[in-house]
Amino acid sequence: MGEEIQMSWQVRARRVALGIRLRVLEHTINSRGGYLSQACSSAETLAVLYTKAMNLGPSTAPMIPRPFPGVPAKSNPAYFTGANYNGAPAPNRDRFFLSPAHYALALYATLVEVGRMAPEGLAMFNQDGSSVEMIGAEHSPGIEVTCGSLGQTISQAAGVALARKLRHETGRVWVFLSDGEFQSGQTWEAIQAMAFYKLGNMIVYVDVNGQQCDGKMEDVMRIEPLQDRLAAFGIRAVQVDGHDIDALNTPAELSPDNRPLIVLAYTDPCRGIGLLDERRPGLHYVRFKNEEERMQYVAWLQKMQEQATHA
Amino acid sequence: MEILSRVHARNLVEWAKDKPNVVVLSADLTSSVEIDLFRDTYPDRFFSMGMAEQNMLSFAGGLAREGFLPFVHTFAVFIYRRAYDQFADSIAYPNLPVRLFGFLPGVTTPGGATHQAIEDIAVLRALPNLTIAEVGDATEMETVLDAIHPIQGPVYVRMLRGEVPRLFPKPEPFCLGQARVLSTGTDLTLFSSGLCTEEAMRATQALALRGISIQHLHVSTLKPFADPAVLAALKQAHLGVIAMENHTIIGGLGTCLAEMMAEAGIGKPLIRLGIPDTFLHGASKPYLMEKYGLDALALVRQIEKLVGTSLNITRQDLADIRLESVHSQAKAEGL
Repeated sequence: MGEEIQMSWQVRARRVALGIRLRVLEHTINSRGGYLSQACSSAETLAVLYTKAMNLGPSTAPMIPRPFPGVPAKSNPAYFTGANYNGAPAPNRDRFFLSPAHYALALYATLVEVGRMAPEGLAMFNQDGSSVEMIGAEHSPGIEVTCGSLGQTISQAAGVALARKLRHETGRVWVFLSDGEFQSGQTWEAIQAMAFYKLGNMIVYVDVNGQQCDGKMEDVMRIEPLQDRLAAFGIRAVQVDGHDIDALNTPAELSPDNRPLIVLAYTDPCRGIGLLDERRPGLHYVRFKNEEERMQYVAWLQKMQEQATHA
Repeated sequence: MEILSRVHARNLVEWAKDKPNVVVLSADLTSSVEIDLFRDTYPDRFFSMGMAEQNMLSFAGGLAREGFLPFVHTFAVFIYRRAYDQFADSIAYPNLPVRLFGFLPGVTTPGGATHQAIEDIAVLRALPNLTIAEVGDATEMETVLDAIHPIQGPVYVRMLRGEVPRLFPKPEPFCLGQARVLSTGTDLTLFSSGLCTEEAMRATQALALRGISIQHLHVSTLKPFADPAVLAALKQAHLGVIAMENHTIIGGLGTCLAEMMAEAGIGKPLIRLGIPDTFLHGASKPYLMEKYGLDALALVRQIEKLVGTSLNITRQDLADIRLESVHSQAKAEGL
């Protein structure tokens, strides 16, 4: 325990990042498929956000997620969202919004690693009647808005940010975005509104892994030069190595000005699980071709686990 | 008949005076949707979102989650055609209290097919959690905000603008889920909505002079559609039922009635007067109403079919009718 107290945040963040990869890999092996590359690219970003950058209160949600509560409706007063895994809302606290719902598995693994959800929660992933849905829903742990139709979350979060600005709240609004969402017009509509209303209380981390459902983004629809495009919109845009813990945290320490901050975290969708390289460019969803391939991943997992134990 | 102008512009400013959580969102149509007076009166509560409706609707969802009451204003087509995905996911699914005011229903604009909302009710009626209201006159425009205020979820209001008649007396406000009984009769039952009610009233007065007895109800709540007075009026229809609406005949008032009749086992003929499953084009309201069969004479011709005889009513007869605002007979009927 003494060691835990003295552990630097960087050491903890690295452990969380490794834990995210391990849990998602193990889950993918057991489920014979999964959103694995997303965890590889985003592990450090999510780890830094949850262990260092964001000012979240303790979780007020049950460690073991409740079953699906039904959809929001007048007739369903029992409805809840997954926001309380990120702490109870308070004027000085930050709020987190996951935009690409396909990263839900990586987010759930993060919640387990930082002690906001029990490992049993991950086992409920994509089970009938569970709130731990494959494409994260509002009632899923750590998620607050409907984000499965990509491009909508940044606008919803901007509405929250404007409301908080009008109330002079000091807490900030964080969004985790995927680079593919820059192909969508709504994202740019949101960015022009964020700049227009000077939402300096917004910080957006983008996992620029260069991959989308059809393959390599460069071949599907080009979005670069992202930093220049964002700067032209009046955004405070910075570019970092998305696997460098310190580099990821540096922009979060900047004194806020009137500009929304967008951190472009350039990442490798195969980072930490080199086996994935062979599957390029089809990395969006990993489905093992055969048992032999699956066993290669099992061996990789064992190797990672051994290294983790020795570290 | 009293004609009023810029009813919503003035009413919204007065109504929102003591409601600081009401914020108005505009997509570059501020004067066109009568929120310029609000902008000038409460500049801190007015948010220009530019010509970007998808962001505007999701953004409104975010504001609503934080306790604000966003009043989204634009032409209806840009709400339900351009930003339907955002309407569904950012507003309707989470059942957030956002008010969406859709302007230029059907024939009310010469703006052509891109501006004429002909299928908004059909599309939006299928959206869970949503309440849909449609105003028919100045009194309803002045009172619809109070009527929908208690609703915790989203509300779509099919709105009028510019010069609008006062068909219903000022002390008889918009009541959600309650049709207005405008005339009682036993030969047939007529339901009208929106601006078609004014036309229908011209026809019913001429028809009354010819001895046709019509039960006429004005419907202003399209969802939920469960008014017991509507069901009772359907049941008492002798020759048949007529629906008259400024909307495609698919999915609007006529369809609501057809569903209710089928579910209740009411086996009467139903005539759906409305835009006959076609896009319109840019032209004046009277021209479009005549061309597509939404005016008083079109209604008379349908009723002649139902009663099986010519009533010798001319366009001039209908034009000569002087309309006065009519007291709702809902209370007298005790339905």
